[in-house]
Amino acid sequence: MSLRNEEALRRLDEAQRLVRADGAVLDVGALPSFGFGHRSLMWWGTLGLIAVEGTVFALTVFSYFYLRSHSSQWPLDGAPPVLLWGSLNTAILLASLLPNHWTKQAAERLDLRRVRIGIAACLAMSFLFLGVRVLEFQTLNTRWDADAYGSAVWMLLGLHTLHLVTDTFDTAVLAVLMFTGPLEGRRYVDVSENALYWYFVVISWLPLYAVIYWAPRWP
Amino acid sequence: MATRIRPLQRRPHARGPEPRTFAAAALAALVLGLLPLAAVAAPPFGAGSQDALRTGGPQAALILDLWRLLLAVCGVVFAAVMAAFGVALWRARRGTRDTPPELQGPLRGEPRSARLVAAATGASAVGLCGLIVASVLTDRALARLPLSNALHVELTAHQWWWQARYDDADPSRTFETANELHLPAGRPVLLTLHADDVIHSFWVPNLSGKKDLIPGRTATLALRADVPGRYRGQCAEFCGLQHAGMALEVVVEPDAAYAAWAERQRRPAEPPTDPQAQRGQRLFLAGTCAMCHAIQGTDAAARRAPDLTHLAGRARLAAGTVPNGRAQLAAWIADPAAFKPGTNMPGHRYAPEDLDALVAYLETLR
Amino acid sequence: MSEPPADAVPAAEAARLHATWSDPPGLLGRLASIDHKVIGRRFIATAFGFFLAGGLLAALMRLQLARPQNGLVGPDLYAQLFTMHGTTMMFLFAVPVMQAFAVYLVPLMVGARSIAFPRMNAFAYWIYLMGGLMLYGAFLLNVGPDAGWFAYVPLAGPEYSPGKRVDFWAQLITFTELSGLLEAIVIITTVFKLRAPGMALHRVPLFVWAMLVTAFMVLFAMPAVMLASTGLILDRLVGTHFYNPGEGGDALLWQHLFWFFGHPEVYFIFIPGLGFMSALLATFSRRPVFGYSAMVLSLIATAFLSFGLWVHHMFATNLPELGKSFFTAASMMIAIPSAVQIFCWIATLATGRLWFRTPMLFALAFFFILVLGGMTGLMLASVPLDLQVHDTYFVVAHLHYVLIGGAVFPLFGALYYWYPKMTGRLMSERLGRWNFWLFFVGFNLTFFPMHQLGLEGMPRRVYTYPAGLGWDGLNLLATVGALVIAASVALLLFNAWRSARHGEPAGDNPWQAATLEWATASPPPRANFDRPPVVHGREPLWEAPREPRHVKGLATDAREVLVTTVLDAQPDHRAGYPDPSIWPFVSALATTVLFVGSIFTPWAAVWGLAPVAIALTAWFWPKPHETDAHLRMERAPR
Repeated sequence: MSLRNEEALRRLDEAQRLVRADGAVLDVGALPSFGFGHRSLMWWGTLGLIAVEGTVFALTVFSYFYLRSHSSQWPLDGAPPVLLWGSLNTAILLASLLPNHWTKQAAERLDLRRVRIGIAACLAMSFLFLGVRVLEFQTLNTRWDADAYGSAVWMLLGLHTLHLVTDTFDTAVLAVLMFTGPLEGRRYVDVSENALYWYFVVISWLPLYAVIYWAPRWP
Repeated sequence: MATRIRPLQRRPHARGPEPRTFAAAALAALVLGLLPLAAVAAPPFGAGSQDALRTGGPQAALILDLWRLLLAVCGVVFAAVMAAFGVALWRARRGTRDTPPELQGPLRGEPRSARLVAAATGASAVGLCGLIVASVLTDRALARLPLSNALHVELTAHQWWWQARYDDADPSRTFETANELHLPAGRPVLLTLHADDVIHSFWVPNLSGKKDLIPGRTATLALRADVPGRYRGQCAEFCGLQHAGMALEVVVEPDAAYAAWAERQRRPAEPPTDPQAQRGQRLFLAGTCAMCHAIQGTDAAARRAPDLTHLAGRARLAAGTVPNGRAQLAAWIADPAAFKPGTNMPGHRYAPEDLDALVAYLETLR
Repeated sequence: MSEPPADAVPAAEAARLHATWSDPPGLLGRLASIDHKVIGRRFIATAFGFFLAGGLLAALMRLQLARPQNGLVGPDLYAQLFTMHGTTMMFLFAVPVMQAFAVYLVPLMVGARSIAFPRMNAFAYWIYLMGGLMLYGAFLLNVGPDAGWFAYVPLAGPEYSPGKRVDFWAQLITFTELSGLLEAIVIITTVFKLRAPGMALHRVPLFVWAMLVTAFMVLFAMPAVMLASTGLILDRLVGTHFYNPGEGGDALLWQHLFWFFGHPEVYFIFIPGLGFMSALLATFSRRPVFGYSAMVLSLIATAFLSFGLWVHHMFATNLPELGKSFFTAASMMIAIPSAVQIFCWIATLATGRLWFRTPMLFALAFFFILVLGGMTGLMLASVPLDLQVHDTYFVVAHLHYVLIGGAVFPLFGALYYWYPKMTGRLMSERLGRWNFWLFFVGFNLTFFPMHQLGLEGMPRRVYTYPAGLGWDGLNLLATVGALVIAASVALLLFNAWRSARHGEPAGDNPWQAATLEWATASPPPRANFDRPPVVHGREPLWEAPREPRHVKGLATDAREVLVTTVLDAQPDHRAGYPDPSIWPFVSALATTVLFVGSIFTPWAAVWGLAPVAIALTAWFWPKPHETDAHLRMERAPR
């Protein structure tokens, strides 16, 4: 049995022991008041958002290739995007997974000091790649209103940037909160879920990177 | 480099009543009063002239056959389901709010109901497969229309009229017309379909199913009209204000009559001999008319509006919305928006004798 | 069958619970309410308001079409009428009303104190309301959209629809899709995590399954129309070329994206209708619906298959013929899971003990109307036949038969059925029967002739038609039918309004039904249940009571909701819930300013984000006194 299954079973046993069936009533007063991962409501909310956003990305990628299939030349007019900044940002985004994961672990251990350090580091990296993202936009070699290729490329990059911006904002708000309080157990769940969403923002970038920067270079 | 069509300039669209001048209004009122009389002149469209149930050719006939099959099968299925439903209602015992709910049966599993549901589902699946086969077979039959000696017509749909180019192997024998197609009975027709602005749909139900005309794409539709007659088609994809006013008249006639019509269409317009008509021609060429309309044999060669070379030979004006006659033509020219609100053709303020001359000229274009 | 337990909750405890879960007084309190029952009732009422508006628009259309070459409504107004009618019915009525019923009923049916994410639930309602108001504001100012509810490009693009009309339509999509997506997340989380202990997935009521399945569909289908409409707004506002064939775009890209959403969308409407059917037929046959597992699997199969049908809306385009045939097969095959459901219901009726009240009548009408609509659906699935009847009144007939038969009839039944739960009073049975028969007759009179009209060549979306083509009589008949429908709806409204004050008092369970919402008072107390129930079977109120019967140990002086596990609904933890908050309302206002502003200038998307960010931060930021209360009750997971 895998480690995670054991962990889940252990938690279930724990919960069942905490619940007392007492004749006509089931006493749940001793249960914990928050939980991490799929036990928490926030996790499901975050997953729902991931499903929606992931579908949007998938459909945008479909649209890109659909439009491409209707043209004999792609990009329609001009050069593909400059590789440097996009590749650099991909590296930065992947690197940001480290403080992100570290922060998530710290939150699940309710370790405030480490959470504070980790979330500040994540925030710093956010600003770094937002800055590089600006450079990416400037070196796309096309405009959104040039032609359908330009529109598709700007839409892909724009949608992902929107996610970066909102995630940065969320992280910033949480970071401030972790320093100022008021804090309770559920705030650690929020940090953990924010980290989950961050995973999505980074991992969803990989196929988008391939499409924006490499697809026009494939024959 | 892929060829690209530059988008046309934006055209302002009327979004409500066009501003009318007093003269045009008065003229229109006078003419409209005469319309009921003049309407008799145009051959009327009777019931069944735009009707998928009255077929005039093999494509429509194949589809009608499929319709009859589907109607029969679905009718039987519907009756069967209603019968089962009716029997269930009829035979079930009655209860009240306080009848104890039946829980034992469901707990034991209800084998009889399960078998019936499974059987009905199985029968449905088989029936559906049959319908799929019928549909695919009809599709294939439609695609197998013999096309030897086909007439080639290129249709371009505009807001809100139909441009038709009859192609020929000999380029000198191609000609252009608008809104009224003549087809030889019994000869296959291959239509190439384009759209100039928005999506339209070609649909002549008596002859065939429809096909969308989509800007940036070329579609084709093959049909054959076997039964002579006058058929009415209509644009079947919402295309703006006058989507309802974009009819297409299809005249199916025997070979000889068609050939005569085609020959006439090939000839450029005769120069008018009557002084009034000549005056009208001068007005046409010098005024705004020539900016949109073409008349073969003159300098007017614009293609933004219907080709008028043989206007007087058509039964109707304005894509089937106005009967063709002297009075109606005058009223139409003076104030098109009174007949087709939102039309792209602007109103014209002519002095009465000028309008008369113009119409006299147009009436020579047979 | 459902006697109040001997160990009833002491009055003091119930009063404390009520105070804890109540809303603050006054207007501010009403705007700050996050009680799912309050939001649900508002949501239902708003959706019916839009239903009325959409119906009035249809009545005007039918009056115009009553005679050939009628002069009542010109082409410009007519284009706005059919666009507004379709947009209203699809985006502002049919989908939202189903979500609204789910918002009200699902927490009660699964035995929870509240819905998941109550503030987000409130926000979703406000966004929906504000979007609808924006659209109608535009319409009343004569800038209503006029390119159809489906807004095909290039007609809806910047060149052929200049001005702001279509922009209001496209932005309405943004409003309603945001609302719909958030509600879907709320419903999924509620169903998965807030069920009463013992309500394992195989014991979940069929209506809840229907709403769960619908919510999943929404998650994966609504993004398509969000993306499509965003592309349209961008084409119109900042010059992108997604749909411009002159610059590498494609008009059919719009259709693919729109219909990839659009086909599942009709199932967002139909599947909840199926859920209503199961609830109603069980109660009025005095037995559980036959074939629970088959019913659930059919719902799931229908949902999956519905994603593979969208090209059947595009049969008249020049897509490859082989591909179209695949969609014919898929469009016919989706009939199978629906057929399974219908056969299971017939088996339920045949082996039940039937009693006939208004809700049951509406449910029974489904069999006639929806099945007929399903038959015409099979016809439309065939490419060759569709090429004749596509975009004609045949399709208008089909869509109304399936949507009204499959969803609106069950919805009206649901209204009569759950009205006593929501208000404490029953609707008049006599008026209900008049309502039902008028609606049934009026509906068939209106829409049956349209099958014939379509076959006889009458296209859709025409503001008039010539005399002499043989369409006159049937059009007049359809118009008369529409007026009968109007009378029936007027009766429904009158019945609902009058019964609020004069209806017979209902009691907890006027229908002696099986599901948990009937185990509490009518209307339910603020915390839904004085003590949350424990469940031991699929029909909790029909089965003999088993112990344990209730949950104890949730706080009464603070808002606590029991969170259980996904599969087996074992108690997992106690979640502290937020107090009423004005921030969902304020955030919705800020979001509205952002959305409406960006119709007029792209910069609104930038500066409009600031108030939204502030409102969302205020929403999220924990209040010290709430945190203190939570800390007092806090227990960490080990």
